[in-house]
Amino acid sequence: MRGFTRRTVFGLAAGAAAAAALDACSSSSSTATATSTAVTQAEIDRAMKTPTTLTFWTWVPEISQEVAVFEQKYPAVKVNVVNAGQSLPQYTKLRTALTAGKGTPDLAQIEYEYLPTFTITDSLVDLRPYGAAANASKFVPWVWGQVTGANGEIYAYPQDTGPMGLLYREDIFAKHSIAVPTTWDEFATAAKTLHAADPSAYLTNLSDNDAGAWHGLLWQAGAKPYSVSGTTIGLDVNDAAAQKVASYWGGLVSDGLVSTDPDFTDTWYTGLDTGKYATWVTAAWAPVFMTGSVKATAGKWRAAPVPQWASGQQVSGNWGGSTTAVVKGTAHPIAAAVFAEFLNTDPATTSMFNTAQNLFPSTTALLGSSSFTGDKNAFFGGQQVNQVFAGISSTINTGFQWPPFLDEAVSDWTSTIGKALGDKGDVATAADQWESQLTSYATSQGFHVAAG
Amino acid sequence: MSQQASQRGKHGRSGYVFAAPFLLCFLLLFILPLGYAAYLSLFKNQLVGGTVFAGLGNYVTALTDGQLIAGVGRVALFFVLQVPVMLVLATAAALAIDSGLLRMARIHRLGIFIPYAIPGVVATLMWGYLYGPDFGPAAQLASKLHVTAPDFLGQTLMLPSIANIVTWEYTGYNMIILYAALRTVPRDLYEAAAADGAGPWRIAWNIKLPALRPALLLCLIFSVIGSFQLFTEPNLLQAVAPTVIGPSYTPNLYAYSRAFISSEPDYAAAVSFLLGLVTVVISYVMLFTAARRLRR
Repeated sequence: MRGFTRRTVFGLAAGAAAAAALDACSSSSSTATATSTAVTQAEIDRAMKTPTTLTFWTWVPEISQEVAVFEQKYPAVKVNVVNAGQSLPQYTKLRTALTAGKGTPDLAQIEYEYLPTFTITDSLVDLRPYGAAANASKFVPWVWGQVTGANGEIYAYPQDTGPMGLLYREDIFAKHSIAVPTTWDEFATAAKTLHAADPSAYLTNLSDNDAGAWHGLLWQAGAKPYSVSGTTIGLDVNDAAAQKVASYWGGLVSDGLVSTDPDFTDTWYTGLDTGKYATWVTAAWAPVFMTGSVKATAGKWRAAPVPQWASGQQVSGNWGGSTTAVVKGTAHPIAAAVFAEFLNTDPATTSMFNTAQNLFPSTTALLGSSSFTGDKNAFFGGQQVNQVFAGISSTINTGFQWPPFLDEAVSDWTSTIGKALGDKGDVATAADQWESQLTSYATSQGFHVAAG
Repeated sequence: MSQQASQRGKHGRSGYVFAAPFLLCFLLLFILPLGYAAYLSLFKNQLVGGTVFAGLGNYVTALTDGQLIAGVGRVALFFVLQVPVMLVLATAAALAIDSGLLRMARIHRLGIFIPYAIPGVVATLMWGYLYGPDFGPAAQLASKLHVTAPDFLGQTLMLPSIANIVTWEYTGYNMIILYAALRTVPRDLYEAAAADGAGPWRIAWNIKLPALRPALLLCLIFSVIGSFQLFTEPNLLQAVAPTVIGPSYTPNLYAYSRAFISSEPDYAAAVSFLLGLVTVVISYVMLFTAARRLRR
């Protein structure tokens, strides 16, 4: 699933609902029910034989197929799947329910970057007592790092991921004899070549509304924008690596070589379909997403690793993907933890996620399986796109952290860097503003902001 | 006498019984949440450190909050830009339909009113398409003529673009109020005026317009409230113009962002209260000055 696009805001429209939920938002948080001591296998067996109904909030379409596999193995446990909205609308509902202390689900789908916004309020169950640590080796290391807390807590099971790569129009590249860029320098040169040859075309579009893509680029560049330890937070959203990203893209945008249309809008879909953008720097969920959304250019696209900052290097970042977390307050923590584990580690369900819902895997078993990597994608001229992205997944930097107030970070990003991109302004200065806005917010929220 | 008094008492009581459903809803759905929001606005809830009593601290912060003040300024400008245009259009439409000179007056009346029946969300999505810089009708026409279409969703034209949507939506609503007011004017006034030699224009100017004053005042006050609480249109257009419409574009949007993006519901409550206060003050000033004029 795609990570934090503003597209989902469309679902939030009702102001009246907002006012009602506002009231429910600020009483003290609910108390914990889960124990921290390890549960025994006997307890697990007993729990899985006790008739139980789990409520699971998720926006994965038709997830009942995967749930059925679980229910077949554990007939006593029924899972009630509820679609409470995609991303932000669901989180708003979840936060409201958590504050009210009732109406919370047993499990919820949460994107990686939003996990800290729920752990700061102590709303997720640490899964270590339910044997989660034994699953570490089943996942790609950077993915496991994303669900691991500061003190080794395991807050969720990874469901799918979005390693970043470069999707490009093979026909446009061939027409202007542009080689596939392997470094960002080559990418900038290609941008000049293409725009000079065809002033209506841009090598790529960097959305001025998508903080998710920007964070992915920061991640790839090795930036460490957020470092959290307890109530101390380091905010280096314009550290050396981030400044490199900001001045690079700021330069391309102000030279008019890269467009900045908001993504997942009609304008943007049209741009992808008409060849206005010759590439899309995007994540592993994009190939299948495009198959359904930009049909006119089918067969003309190819996938490659994302361009590198230093030639010969091979590193990438991640954009998007979700987890399954157990929500505090659940009356059935054992059954919920077992379900979350089964759903995301069982060979049948994980493979189904990929084939039925087109989610990009997070388990090493599936990423390495030949049936997965060997799949030929007609939209990409029969290229084995999965293989490209499976290769990229293993090159992603580990240890990238997210802030406990991501919504604020995204909103401030849009009004600083996003705005500078859209206005062809000074992106490097905007990065400074982003940092100072975040710093004053973090301070007002009671965090100690470590000197960057 | 005692019988009369007790009867009056009975009538008095039955009045409350009839009003009870309203009073109950008013209390539960309006006064109670209002009181709770007022209570919330006195606290400060932090991600680290929890909730502490802040007294009027949130209000002090809000009064010096540049983003909030800019937002209030923007909706005030919106009010000055949009409301006169809308009320002139609505009055003209009401007069035209009431004049009896229009053929198929009912169809006109319905046609002008229909946009109000379209949910704001749908209307904004539709206008978002019409304004679109790549494939909206204006953009397509411009590209056929090889000229640049105005950027309806850009920094300078965004507020007029929103004003246009709101005008389109609410002209019919105001027209209905004004039209209803016109229907209550006794017809013999017109006959008398006609007998004195007044034409339709003269009747409209000297009889109908003065008769519309109280209804126009009502429309004006609804518009004050509507303008200062502007939310749906900017909130939806934010998706297509994220860098133009920031989280503090209008005060209501700002309260919403502070509550749900910055997780500061207490501050949002204070902002909402101040906004409500501004609206009440402006509405009362209008009522007061208008009432004095009417008396004169």
